[in-house]
Amino acid sequence: MLKEKDKIFKNLYGFEDWKLGGAIKRGIWSNTKELIAMGSEKIVEEIKNSQLRGRGGAGFPAGLKWSFMPKDSGKEHYLVVNADESEPGTCKDREIMRNDPHLLLEGCLVASFAMHAHTCYIYIRGEYYSESSNLQKAIDEAYANNLIGKNACGTGWDFDIFLHRGAGAYICGEETALLESLEGKKGQPRLKPPFPANAGLYGCPTTVTNVETIAVSPTILRRGAKWFSSLGSVNNTGSKIFSISGHVNNPCNVEEEMGIPLKDLIEKHAGGVVGGWENLLAVIPGGSSTPLLPKSICDSVKMDFDSLKEVKSGLGTAAVIVMNKSTDIVEAIARLSHFYKHESCGQCTPCREGTGWMYRMMEKMIHGNAHQEDIDKLLDVTKQVEGHTICALGDAAAWPIQGLFRHFRPEVEKRIKEYRLGKVA
Amino acid sequence: MHHPGTNNKVYKKINDNFEWSSENFKKISEIIKKYPSNRIQSAVIPLLDLAQRQNRGWLSKNSLEKVAETLSMSYIRVLEVATFYSMFNLEPIGKNFVQICRTTPCWLRGSDKLSRVAQEVCETNIGETSDDKKFTVVEVECLGACCNAPMVQINDDYYEDLDEKSFKKLLQDLKTNKSIKAGSQIGRKSSQPERKLDA
Repeated sequence: MLKEKDKIFKNLYGFEDWKLGGAIKRGIWSNTKELIAMGSEKIVEEIKNSQLRGRGGAGFPAGLKWSFMPKDSGKEHYLVVNADESEPGTCKDREIMRNDPHLLLEGCLVASFAMHAHTCYIYIRGEYYSESSNLQKAIDEAYANNLIGKNACGTGWDFDIFLHRGAGAYICGEETALLESLEGKKGQPRLKPPFPANAGLYGCPTTVTNVETIAVSPTILRRGAKWFSSLGSVNNTGSKIFSISGHVNNPCNVEEEMGIPLKDLIEKHAGGVVGGWENLLAVIPGGSSTPLLPKSICDSVKMDFDSLKEVKSGLGTAAVIVMNKSTDIVEAIARLSHFYKHESCGQCTPCREGTGWMYRMMEKMIHGNAHQEDIDKLLDVTKQVEGHTICALGDAAAWPIQGLFRHFRPEVEKRIKEYRLGKVA
Repeated sequence: MHHPGTNNKVYKKINDNFEWSSENFKKISEIIKKYPSNRIQSAVIPLLDLAQRQNRGWLSKNSLEKVAETLSMSYIRVLEVATFYSMFNLEPIGKNFVQICRTTPCWLRGSDKLSRVAQEVCETNIGETSDDKKFTVVEVECLGACCNAPMVQINDDYYEDLDEKSFKKLLQDLKTNKSIKAGSQIGRKSSQPERKLDA
């Protein structure tokens, strides 16, 4: 288990003051000037050495991403923080923003400096109203104390942070859709290339990064890449906030070491599965788009990027959705299909049409109102959607269904059989 | 499932004239400063939000036109944004906009029971507004508070860790114009691991 002294998020639950006074007590903004004095190359190098992987779902190496930003493009550079947290199951960035906003703001300054950006936009989902008001108050405090603004922290670097509220669209969590939305358009993803590092916000070099990734970076610089990479295992280093929801006794967010066994996570932090471990049916390990895992895998799987990939799922945003044996597993996945149908931006045909079709088919399968061959037809459609769209929403809609049939196909077959028998009788 | 925010028709019945209040007019100049001077279209979402707040929770055709005029955008570009994002309501809503999260993490913890309670107490169907115009009840997709499921958003605030009983009380208090407390309804500070008292 992660030791108290190794925790980065010291006020995750908001028991202490979230404002500047409390933040300073927790060591935030203590030596930001020295961190900046490392120079941008050294900062990127240190983040690379820490092997920090992006916390937004894809797990792309953060240092590498930062290094894609050109050195002298002659254009304005932007850092855009992706706070459009909407992946079902995920509610970690919310706690950072409302309970420790200065941790994020300090990270914004350090990361922007490393990427030669004088301006940072934080794109927060519109529904997070009280979170955005805390964050705005923190931004105002930081300006008033010259931590950001002209000559931020006395470093000679001019730096602005602006908060931008979205208006309810899951797709804006996709980085290029987010940029479109920030430019005042519909949030429809862009074709890549060009990648945002070359042509992002307003056609300028831009990096879009998750809240948690940015928030951990000053601590990594302070305590050193070695410290961070000593937690977890190679390629899966550090600590991470896990959101545990669903059928557990104590649903919670908790910061833990990467690679913690799923069973420990649920039993030690979330008070165990409702009805005991034996009552576990399945777990969605990394937010709604990652395929579910049946109990047999949950018994031993470790929570990190590579271990979960091995069992054909993923760490995603580390949002663990626990389902016990009282769950109608088909409806649980059908509800996710409804979510993706609702959130498809409508740009690519396979996703726009496919998500609706898949949802209607899943809805029928809840009651078994289908034919046995429909299962293969449905799986075939998921394959036709997956990988054939501009962004990953099509994939995200396909994976939960594929996961369901990978592990629970007999359950659906049984329902179809019973429904057919009932009809004949 | 009907939702005033996913409707993509402009509501024709009421079309009051829309002018920015002086307070909002000041706010607009502050908002626009956030973006480069040749990129003020970026302010369309914040301005639509302002207009919606001024217009009792929904966007009329005149308010959309006002936003377009303010940002020198064509009306169709503003309409496109207003229809795309689910938080912009294109028809009138009740005083309390009750949004019940229906996605899997909340459903696992009983969100469908909350929907039944809401229909019963508010005396309206999902997607509709009550006759007394006090409530509009909708089911929405994940609101991102899954460790405090099931939860509901009423106007700007989140009401978390609900069950049928506490949700019923919330709605009845709203009905009788009593003040209600936002956040966790079982006294949790945020999403710390804490046993429910009555579980």
